[in-house]
Amino acid sequence: MRLLKALGAWLDFRLRLGEGIREAATHPIPKSSASWWYVFGSAALTVFGIQVVTGILLAIVYVPSAAQAWSSLQVLNHDLTLGWFLRAMHGWASNFMVALVLIHMIQVFLFGAYKFPRELTWIVGVFLLLMTLGMAFTGQVLRFDQDAYWGLGIGASITGRVPVIGGALVHLLLGGPIIGGDTLSRFFALHVFIIPGLLIGFVGLHLLMVLKLGINEWPMPGRIVRRETYLKEYEQLTHEGVPFVPDAIWKDLVFGAAIVAAIGVCAAVFGPFGPKGQPDPTIIQASPRPDFFFLWLFSLLSLLPPQMETPVLLLMPPVAILILLLVPVLSGEGEKHWKKRPVAVLTVLVVAVALGSFTHLASTTPWSPEMDAWSGAPVPISELKGRSALERRGALVFQAKQCRNCHRLGREGGMRGPALDEVALRLTSDQLIRQVLQGGGNMPAYGKNLSPAETTALVAYLETLKPAGRAPAHDASQP
Amino acid sequence: MSETLKPTRRTMLTRLGILLNAGIGAVLAVPVVSYLLAPLRGKNGAPYNQWVKLGPLEQFPEGETRLATFRNPVVRPWDGQTADIPCWVRRIDAEKFQVFAINCAHLGCPVRWFAASGLFMCPCHGGVYYADGSRASGPPERGLFEYEHKVEDGELVILAGQLPTLAAQDRTGRRKTCDC
Repeated sequence: MRLLKALGAWLDFRLRLGEGIREAATHPIPKSSASWWYVFGSAALTVFGIQVVTGILLAIVYVPSAAQAWSSLQVLNHDLTLGWFLRAMHGWASNFMVALVLIHMIQVFLFGAYKFPRELTWIVGVFLLLMTLGMAFTGQVLRFDQDAYWGLGIGASITGRVPVIGGALVHLLLGGPIIGGDTLSRFFALHVFIIPGLLIGFVGLHLLMVLKLGINEWPMPGRIVRRETYLKEYEQLTHEGVPFVPDAIWKDLVFGAAIVAAIGVCAAVFGPFGPKGQPDPTIIQASPRPDFFFLWLFSLLSLLPPQMETPVLLLMPPVAILILLLVPVLSGEGEKHWKKRPVAVLTVLVVAVALGSFTHLASTTPWSPEMDAWSGAPVPISELKGRSALERRGALVFQAKQCRNCHRLGREGGMRGPALDEVALRLTSDQLIRQVLQGGGNMPAYGKNLSPAETTALVAYLETLKPAGRAPAHDASQP
Repeated sequence: MSETLKPTRRTMLTRLGILLNAGIGAVLAVPVVSYLLAPLRGKNGAPYNQWVKLGPLEQFPEGETRLATFRNPVVRPWDGQTADIPCWVRRIDAEKFQVFAINCAHLGCPVRWFAASGLFMCPCHGGVYYADGSRASGPPERGLFEYEHKVEDGELVILAGQLPTLAAQDRTGRRKTCDC
C-alpha cells in the first residue's frame, strides 16, 4: 500500500494531474442537482465507452469488404467463441445509447438547462445527437446484409433528389456508380474513424463546459434566469452546495451499472441483430426495413403525398437541426421550470406522440402490399359458402389476379387498399366494375388485365361480400 | 496592449511562419480534395455507363416479362455479389423490348413483377407500376427507370452501369444525355 502511494506520488510529481482531477471531482454543485434526474448524460457516456471497447473487439475480426463482410459476420456469430455476444452487446448498446441521448436531451430541455450561460453546451449536444444517429445509421450499413444494401439504395435515392448536384452527391455517397465495395469501405471509415473521432472531441468539449459552467440547478417555478444576475445566484447555490464526489456521483455510478447490466442481459437473452439475407441484389425477394430508430422516417416516406416528398426530404432535416440549434438563442433567459413552460411541454409531447405513432405504424406497414398474400392467404370458407358457380369463379379471379396483395378479406391480406369484407354495402355493381377497370383512388386500373368474363365473375363475387341480412348498396337514381 | 500590437522582428517572423504553413497546407489540399472527388469521374477515364450483354433473345419469350441479371461494367475485385445487378426485361413482340431497372422510382427498393395482374409492386412503400413501366399508384412520382437497349448478334444489350436515381434519370422519365 505504502509502495503504491509512493509510486502515485512519484508519477504525480511528474504528471502534475492530481490536483486538477481532485478539484474537478470535488467541485461543489447545488444540493438539488445531486438528483436521479441528472444521470442520463453520464449513462450515455458509459454506453459510448462500451461501444468503443466492443467496436474495437469486433474490428479485429470484421472484414470491411463487400464480398466478405457478410461471411465475416457469420463467423463472428457462429464460429468464434462468444463472438455473437460481443456483436449483441454492440448492437444493444447502440439502441441504448440512442435512447439515453434522447432522454438526456428531453430532460435538459424540460429543465431549462440550455439557458444562459449553457447555450453552447446545448449546441454541442445537438451535434452529439446527430453523430449518435450517424453512428446508428453507418453501423446498420456495416451489418452488410439485404437491409443494409437496400437501405443504402434508399439513401442514394434521397440524395439523388437534390437539385443540380444530386448525381454528383450520389457518386460521392456510394464512392462509385453502384452500391459495392467502395461504398462499404467509406461507411467503415465513417463509422470507425471519422464520426467516433469527432464524437470523442465533442464529448470532451461538452464535459469541459459542464465542469466550467457548473451543472444546472434544479429549476424552481418563478426563479427567472437573467443574464445580469444568474451567475451570482448560481454561485450562491454552489456555496451552499455539496461536492460532486461523492454526494452526486454515486447515483451516476448506480444508474450506469444498471444500464450496463441491462445491455448485457438484452445481449445474452435476445442475441445479436442479424445479419439477415446476403447483400445480393439479384435476390429480389427482399422487404427492406430500417432499424428501430429510423422506422418513423420509413412511415413518413410512405405517407407523404408524392409532390411534397422531395421538398420535405431535403428541407426537413436542415430546418429541424436549425430549430434545435436556435432553441437556446431564442429562449436563453426566463423560466426554467416545466410548469411555467406549457409550450415546451406540449412540443415535447407532440413530437413524441408523432414519432411514436409513425414508429408504431411501421410495425404493421399498412401501405406495403403483402407480396405473397394472393398465394398464401386462402379465401375464408365462409366467404365461399352458398355462392353460385359464377361467384365462385369470381373468387378465383380475385385470388389469381393478386387482389389480396392490397385488400384484406377475413383479416388476411394487404392493407394498402380497403378491406373488402363489406364492399357490397359501399359500392353498387356498376361502381365496382368502374373501380376495377379504371382504378382510381390509388388503385391501379385492371382494364387491360381482365377479360369481360373475368370482370363479370369478379364483380358478381364482390357483390356477395356483405353481412347476411343487410341490403346492398343501390343506385338512388334507379327505382 | 499597444506594445503587443507593435510589429517586432519576432512577431513578423511568427506571422511569416503561419503564412508559410497555410500556403503549404493549401497546396497539399489539392491532391487530397481531388482524391476525395475521384468517384465523380469514371474509372480510368472510362464512363460509368457501358453496353452490357443480357443474353440471347431466346431467353425472353414474346409477351412476357422476365428477370435478367448482368455484371456491372465497372467493378472492384472486392465487390462480390453487389456487382450482380438485376433488371426486368419485357419483350413486347419479336422486335420490341423494354428493360426496366429493378429499383423503384420512389426510393430504390426492388420491385417485383406480378404476371397475372400485370403489375410491378414495391415491397417498401407500396409503389405500383403497369406492365409498360408507367406509374399506376403509390408514392412514386414517375414510372420505372428504363435502360437504353439494342439487339446485337441475336443478343439483347443494354446501356447500364450506375444505380438509377432521380438524378440520373429525370422526373419525367426522359433519360439525361450525359452519363455523369
